[in-house]
Amino acid sequence: MSDPTSVGDTADELTFSLDGRSVVAHKGEKLIAAAERAGVFIPRFCYHPRMKPVGVCRMCLVEVDGPRGPSLMPSCFIDVQPDMVVVTESDTVKKAQDGVLEFLLINHPLDCPVCDKGGECPLQDQTLAYGPGESRFIEEKRHFEKPIPISELVMLDRERCIQCSRCTRFADEVAGEAQIDFVGRGPHIEVAPFPELPFTSYFSGNTVQICPVGALTATPYRFTARPWDLDQVESTCTTCSLGCRVAVQSSSNRLTRMLGIDADPVNQGWMCDKGRFAFEAVNDPGRLTRPLVRKNGGLVEVSWYEALEAAAAGLRKARTDHGPAGVGVIGGARLTNEAAYAWTKLAKGVIGTDSVDAQLGDGLPAELVVGLPRATIDEAVNADTVILLTGDVREEVPVLFLRLRAGVRYGSLNVVELSPGDTSMTGLAAASLRYAPGEADELVRILLDVKAPTPNGMHPDEFADARRLIGSPRVVVVLGRGSRSEDETIMAAAAQRIAAALPGATFLPVLPRGNVMGALDLGMAPGLLPGRVALDDGAEWFGRWWDQVPAGRGRTTMEQLADLASPEPSMGAVVLLGADPWADVPDRRLVERAFDSPVFVVAVGTQIDSTTERADVVLPAASVHERSGTTTNMEGRISRLGQKLVPPGQAWADWMIAAELAVHLGSDLALESVGAIWDEIERLTPLHSGITSAVLGQPGAADGVVAPLSAAKVSLFRRRGRQMDPVAIPGVESTNRQGLDFRAGWAEDPTSGWTGRPAVPVNPTEERPSMLRKIPAYVAPVIGRVDSYSHRLMATRCLYDNGAAMAKSPALDALVEPATLAVHPHDLDDLGLSAGDRVRVKTASTSMVMAVRPDPGLPTRVVALPMNVMLDGVPDGSRHDVADLIDVTVPVTVVRLETP
Amino acid sequence: MSASSPVSLTRRSGAPASFTPTHLHPEVLDRARKLIALYPEPRSALIPLCHLAQGQDGWLTPEAMIDIAGLVGVTPSEVLGTASFYDMFHLEPVGKYVVSLCTNIACLLRGALELLEHAEDSLGVKSGGTTEDQLITLEEAECLAGCDRAPCVQVNSRYVEATTPETFDHLVADLRAGRRSAEIPAHGTLIRVQRTVGLAADRDEIARQRAAMAEAEARRAATDGTAS
Repeated sequence: MSDPTSVGDTADELTFSLDGRSVVAHKGEKLIAAAERAGVFIPRFCYHPRMKPVGVCRMCLVEVDGPRGPSLMPSCFIDVQPDMVVVTESDTVKKAQDGVLEFLLINHPLDCPVCDKGGECPLQDQTLAYGPGESRFIEEKRHFEKPIPISELVMLDRERCIQCSRCTRFADEVAGEAQIDFVGRGPHIEVAPFPELPFTSYFSGNTVQICPVGALTATPYRFTARPWDLDQVESTCTTCSLGCRVAVQSSSNRLTRMLGIDADPVNQGWMCDKGRFAFEAVNDPGRLTRPLVRKNGGLVEVSWYEALEAAAAGLRKARTDHGPAGVGVIGGARLTNEAAYAWTKLAKGVIGTDSVDAQLGDGLPAELVVGLPRATIDEAVNADTVILLTGDVREEVPVLFLRLRAGVRYGSLNVVELSPGDTSMTGLAAASLRYAPGEADELVRILLDVKAPTPNGMHPDEFADARRLIGSPRVVVVLGRGSRSEDETIMAAAAQRIAAALPGATFLPVLPRGNVMGALDLGMAPGLLPGRVALDDGAEWFGRWWDQVPAGRGRTTMEQLADLASPEPSMGAVVLLGADPWADVPDRRLVERAFDSPVFVVAVGTQIDSTTERADVVLPAASVHERSGTTTNMEGRISRLGQKLVPPGQAWADWMIAAELAVHLGSDLALESVGAIWDEIERLTPLHSGITSAVLGQPGAADGVVAPLSAAKVSLFRRRGRQMDPVAIPGVESTNRQGLDFRAGWAEDPTSGWTGRPAVPVNPTEERPSMLRKIPAYVAPVIGRVDSYSHRLMATRCLYDNGAAMAKSPALDALVEPATLAVHPHDLDDLGLSAGDRVRVKTASTSMVMAVRPDPGLPTRVVALPMNVMLDGVPDGSRHDVADLIDVTVPVTVVRLETP
Repeated sequence: MSASSPVSLTRRSGAPASFTPTHLHPEVLDRARKLIALYPEPRSALIPLCHLAQGQDGWLTPEAMIDIAGLVGVTPSEVLGTASFYDMFHLEPVGKYVVSLCTNIACLLRGALELLEHAEDSLGVKSGGTTEDQLITLEEAECLAGCDRAPCVQVNSRYVEATTPETFDHLVADLRAGRRSAEIPAHGTLIRVQRTVGLAADRDEIARQRAAMAEAEARRAATDGTAS
């Protein structure tokens, strides 16, 4: 794939003649791309800049001089050659274009008035611009049943299809799941999935996005808007921490559609279906719109003033009774960077508690995450070796899977996977080594110890390959949690062991929830202050600008819950900040015991869920796409969020809630706008130094800026200058033509709402505290022997779970498959069970009955369940999933299977 | 990425492949694995395997396509996409005998269309259809390379003499009565992919002839050199 940004070294350049003028191109560049960069748009349908050319649609024919004179050639399929003479506009070319379009329209139904694509359709636009204007075809067109569902999300209208093969190539080439293909031949050809096997790929929405006609449509968007009614902003998807750049489109203050933007360092145009369709939850009519306060046992709608007074009173009482550490804040990973800073300033600087944790016990220790040397996604894809020490990347950060897959398939990347079971990357890995849940650190130790023999059960060649590959010069570790039912220090210890043994290795953390990295970077973790600064190192500095700084290290989410669950809790109030511990914390019994205590609960959220049921005060917050600010992805890349909607009812942006709550607590955060907050962050922290609103506001920085600035090894502003290709992602360019200047990347001036009066008069020459350098040493707990009748439990994450974003998006909710216990077939045989049988799963302290299914991808004596996916066949009314079984007080949860 | 072994369906670690064929018979699977081993890329064996599966069931069943997909490492959709391109793969059930009538130019000139019309009338099905007793599927074919016997007719890939409506009726009567079952195999079984023999010619003989050719070549070159 050529990079149309700029022309590189002269050794890589060549000159050719394009329509009579001399043009410079890269060697190996396709003619269509070189012409586009030189400002000449050649019409196209099948060509897509992110896929291999096939030359099937013939729309891009141009005249190229050859030994026998000029001849027509598909410009998407031929490389530019030195001194090539190319003519893109001539009678011959025009005749060819007329012919191609006349043929394409032979069977096209021309039902544009009722077609969702009408108005943004490349076939419509290019027929108008290049077509003959009439047809000689009078015969009957081909007819198909229209439309047919090829999955829950995608509808196929075969009559409209022009056989460009973009969708089938995407499925095969990019996603690696060729679940759709051309069936038949000649005029009978059609795109089809295999009978009874729907198009279930997590990336199916991309085929709709790149379809150049209205053949593929997405069920959530069908007939909801006309393209000329759409308005859009560019923003970042915060469904996971990858941070795909997206066009957020709406009509009448309701979200209608998300399209991936071709951000070269991040998503390259692609999105996962969860990110693409979870916007339905924002449109949900059941959203929280009014503040609520619990009175006589029930929640009552009140004014913001009354709610904030009630919240402040509860927090003040907890602080009076227990000291500042009596207040805890759980959550924050769903906030913007600005809101995260405001809440950190409120909790740590006003209330004085350090018990703030954006993670919910399903991530990694915060100091480890912010302290390890960080890699970018591009560095991972272009590395010699990627070590996967994480859960399944396709389930947790789907587009990273696409990027890594491309690195393996089309680049020279080698993947060494260390995991408890098979994942989507196993088939791509040069070596895939298994460890029993709880023993990741042990496997890493053996792998790094060159004298250690190959462990039992591993193929010596594969083990040797893994050992050789991790010794490559450029190694990136994708670090997450292989299982949520094991102690987080196990992965932390393994990561530290790699960091010590391979000093050049860099890390790409995979943590759940969208802006978790931004929240950690802005101090939403015990022991940290904004800017990846340790509490001790930054106490003096932040003490100068804030009311106060916490006296000592606070509690993590799990420590807060353990304290609340203890007989004599030392905490009196908890703020649940866009977090639902009942859904996400791995140990549900701990959560239930914790909130059975009389703790005062303030819930800040967007939906009615378990947290609102338990809360004393509920504060309605703006949801994604209803707020502006910035977000930070796994790389530390800071990108702008565009606000598309007005929040419903009286919902406020999270930073406003923090600022107002501070006032009710008798202080003032002095944060007046998103722009002012960012200015304060940039002035105070060592991490964000130099990344001013003006820097972020540059059009070239629309893909985001990696913090700290010194960490960006590539030039900052690499976004394509002028994107001429409206056919690559139909709908973005056409919507742009009718609205705000979209290419700049902003819906608004980055400094809007900011008076320019800094709240903190920092002298730029003043020395800021240094970023965290010393990571505490983590020691993996010793796993006791597991007797031969027991199985280790592995809690995986699954993209389609019962989380709020899925549950409130009807199209996605239908895709959630109830959880069943995955067991190796040999173990099933030993137990005398077969698929679908029910089994009693017992831990040391509880037991549950559930259905089993065979999974040959698991090792024997390991059983797996997905997190936050309800079990099959459990009576309604109660949530039951793997969190009911997990006991976080033991290093790894061990279960025993019995026939009920 | 380390290249996976073309023969083995398991990862190199020896972990069991997660795919287990469920539909193809053991002897068919055995032959399929031998065919896969002939190619550097397993997916190259896709079409031969489709022939094998059609030989087992008489037509290419979805279950067989799923097995083939697993065996050669593609998706069932890709097997369907490939198989649906070729007329000789039947993706729907066919009769015991597939009767193909050529309607290309040589046969056309010798009355193929009239023969087809007669066949449709006498069997009571249109081209592409199967008789109610599931015995005969009638289909139109492109050139069968039997122009000397035009109009050319094949039954389960075996040429038969049926150049007139009368002989066609006779053929159908024979098929119905089972009189030709000895010479006409089941549909899908008459395929090259079942052949296991090696080269027909003796390798030593080939080597001897090549040596003789080289010798003659050298002699000619020498003569030419003398002449000039």
